[in-house]
Amino acid sequence: MWTTIVQIMPYAIVFTIPLLITALGALFSERSGIVNIGLEGLMVVGAFAGAFVIFKFQELWPHNVAALWLGLLAAMLVGVLFSLLHAFASINLSANQIISGTAINMIAGAITVFLARNMTGSGNIRITSGFSRYDVPLFSEIPIIGKLLFTGTYDTTWLILLIVAVSTIVLYKTPFGLRLRACGEHPHAAEAAGINVKKMRYMGVMISGAFAGLGGAIIIVTFAGEFTGSVSGLGFLALASLIFGQWKPLGILAATLFFGFASTVANVSQVIPSLAVFPPVILKVFPYVVTLLALIVFSKSSRAPQAAGEPFDSGKR
Amino acid sequence: MDYAVEMLDIRKEFPGIVANDDITLRLKRGEIHALLGENGAGKSTLMGILFGMYQADRGMIKVSGKEVRIGNPNVATKLGIGMVHQHFKLVSTFTVTENIILGSETRKGLVLDVKTASKRIEQLSQRYGLNVDPHAKIEDISVGMQQRVEILKMLYRDAEVLILDEPTAVLTPQEILDLGIIMKNLIGEGKSIILITHKLKEIKANAHRCTVIRRGKTIGTVDVASTSELVMAEMMVGRSVTFKVDKKAASPGEIVLQVDSLSVNNNKKCLALNNFSLEVRAGEIVGIAGVDGNGQSELVEAIAGLRKPESGSVRLKGEEITGLSVRSRIHRGIGHIPEDRQKRGLVLDYTIAENMVLEVYHREPHSKRGILNKAAIKQYAERIIASFDVRSGQGASSIVRSLSGGNQQKAIIGREIELNPDLLIAVQPTRGLDVGSIEYIHRRLVEQRDKGKAVLLISLELDEILNLSDRIAVLNQGERIGVVNASETNENEIGMMMAGVTAEGGGEA
Repeated sequence: MWTTIVQIMPYAIVFTIPLLITALGALFSERSGIVNIGLEGLMVVGAFAGAFVIFKFQELWPHNVAALWLGLLAAMLVGVLFSLLHAFASINLSANQIISGTAINMIAGAITVFLARNMTGSGNIRITSGFSRYDVPLFSEIPIIGKLLFTGTYDTTWLILLIVAVSTIVLYKTPFGLRLRACGEHPHAAEAAGINVKKMRYMGVMISGAFAGLGGAIIIVTFAGEFTGSVSGLGFLALASLIFGQWKPLGILAATLFFGFASTVANVSQVIPSLAVFPPVILKVFPYVVTLLALIVFSKSSRAPQAAGEPFDSGKR
Repeated sequence: MDYAVEMLDIRKEFPGIVANDDITLRLKRGEIHALLGENGAGKSTLMGILFGMYQADRGMIKVSGKEVRIGNPNVATKLGIGMVHQHFKLVSTFTVTENIILGSETRKGLVLDVKTASKRIEQLSQRYGLNVDPHAKIEDISVGMQQRVEILKMLYRDAEVLILDEPTAVLTPQEILDLGIIMKNLIGEGKSIILITHKLKEIKANAHRCTVIRRGKTIGTVDVASTSELVMAEMMVGRSVTFKVDKKAASPGEIVLQVDSLSVNNNKKCLALNNFSLEVRAGEIVGIAGVDGNGQSELVEAIAGLRKPESGSVRLKGEEITGLSVRSRIHRGIGHIPEDRQKRGLVLDYTIAENMVLEVYHREPHSKRGILNKAAIKQYAERIIASFDVRSGQGASSIVRSLSGGNQQKAIIGREIELNPDLLIAVQPTRGLDVGSIEYIHRRLVEQRDKGKAVLLISLELDEILNLSDRIAVLNQGERIGVVNASETNENEIGMMMAGVTAEGGGEA
């Protein structure tokens, strides 16, 4: 049992990271009052932009890690640009945020495959190499947790964990965070305090776009290595993690880790003898069943931002 | 003369109406100045202009003698003008300190400095006798304290002129007294207060001067001490008014509502109403007196079918209705004017017409074979609008949200009375309304009684209970303290009973 967990854990963490950063972005968006169901689409455009930029730069400078970092940066920028569509529709036009988000998901899948075909000839973009894994010196020697947490890690993992820590501070300890949360809970109160609600909501959605784009690109540079036109539902899983994690950074960390671990167990079950005894279908549905149960249990005590999903109309009494 | 704020010949038109027609208001430094007017008279618009939410079409605003242009609320804040809105603007999941500093945060480097802020809030709270805990969460504190947080918010921003928009509408009698003391403390420290209200008693108790406006025009500014309530009421309404409800002695008939040892839990699953019994007969008004939160809401909800009782029974005209649905209770003759008109009374984004048929849309002529008959609904609504004087921009097709509170309330009352219920439950029917509307609604309630209907009145306003009721039941902590005849009691006795002291001989009646 223990050896199985030690075997699986590094893979689970790798799988968790894109979920974590995407869910964290959604946290900013929803805390500002905008529901972002377009995470899946934003991850797709991030994955596409990342893969494309890395593909081009790796042609120029083979074996240079800078190409990967540039790809991640490009993914964030494209994520921001794409999220502006959602921001404009839901903030300026007071559109229904679910419909706008769904539109983002649909347009993202279509436009990236179209562009990929035009640019590379096939719908897929393969990068020559991603980040490499390494054991963190000294830390990986620590008994128990060294094996679990510090072996086979990527640079991106540490980057994302740093972003989570910084985000937590920003959200709870800075004026920006206070204002952002006020806009999601009671935008009229924020407005009365002289805060520009629209601006704060734009910030929330743009952060969400950047983080989801980054999440999509991290899939490419770590475990996927290839853009295929989809992120196979990870965006929706991130949204579920946000709810499961009760709109709190540490809650999201726990929720995404749970999903990451459970999905990895399902994915590798056939090659690990001690897991092969379970029918694969049970392992595959397990995280989703737990999500459903969790949503039922938490529905009573849900701490969703009160104004999330509601267009802000400053004249409304 | 030293004026803190002068608003001179302010005119503001909205499409279709002149909200403010050359209104002049002068606020002396250190005074409490009441702004009195009926609902829709233009008080809120005028204060909105002062606070920068609207721009006046014409006229001049002077702050401390200097002419200013107030383009938005931030400018007003900088000029030292603060406003406590009728609906508080507080984030319920934040602490008191977080709410107060929101928008003008104290920082230490890049991060918030909550400590310094809460220390300052603590000092301000002590200085003005506000008694607010800076670390409490808004969702955990009482409405009265939330209001004091709003006041602190202005003081924290160094406001010199405070606008209080109907501050007592949501307060209990004790909290209203406390607010009076707080206002005195504030002017003692040199602040000036504009008090928007239509409660004459409070003006009499607190204000120095009073400006009366009616239908957008200044009627006059009077010295409160030398002007009687009656005169101010007449200035506001434009005709003579009576405070005493004119009614004959009741002639109670058969029992309509019989509540038998009813026990009801509140939302926190604690017993809120304990073993309560009461009967209401045809042709009488029974009032329930009590401080807010002593089981009144639970009692009403149990009778109306909105909440399941733990034990006991409710009978209507002898028929057991304890387990029936809300709709079948309405069908059997219960009308309910709910406590919170915006939450339970109306669908705010529906039109008046749609709201008027909420309980009867499924009956002919409002619908046939599952299809709504818009023309019949409109006609029905227009009848209610006409007979209850509901004022709105576009008649039956106005969105209810756009109506003033008083007109929203009149619409609800019209809807319920139009059903001609055998039992009418009226919960705080005149909350937040002006003298004219109160008089009108009281008359309609007495009219119901005189038609031989039973009326159950729940109100936090002791005057209203004493004026309207034939019998009064007093609730304290979910228990019936006693039932007394209105003609044989007085404010003191009821007040004692509300505090839990059983009156002599008042046990049964």
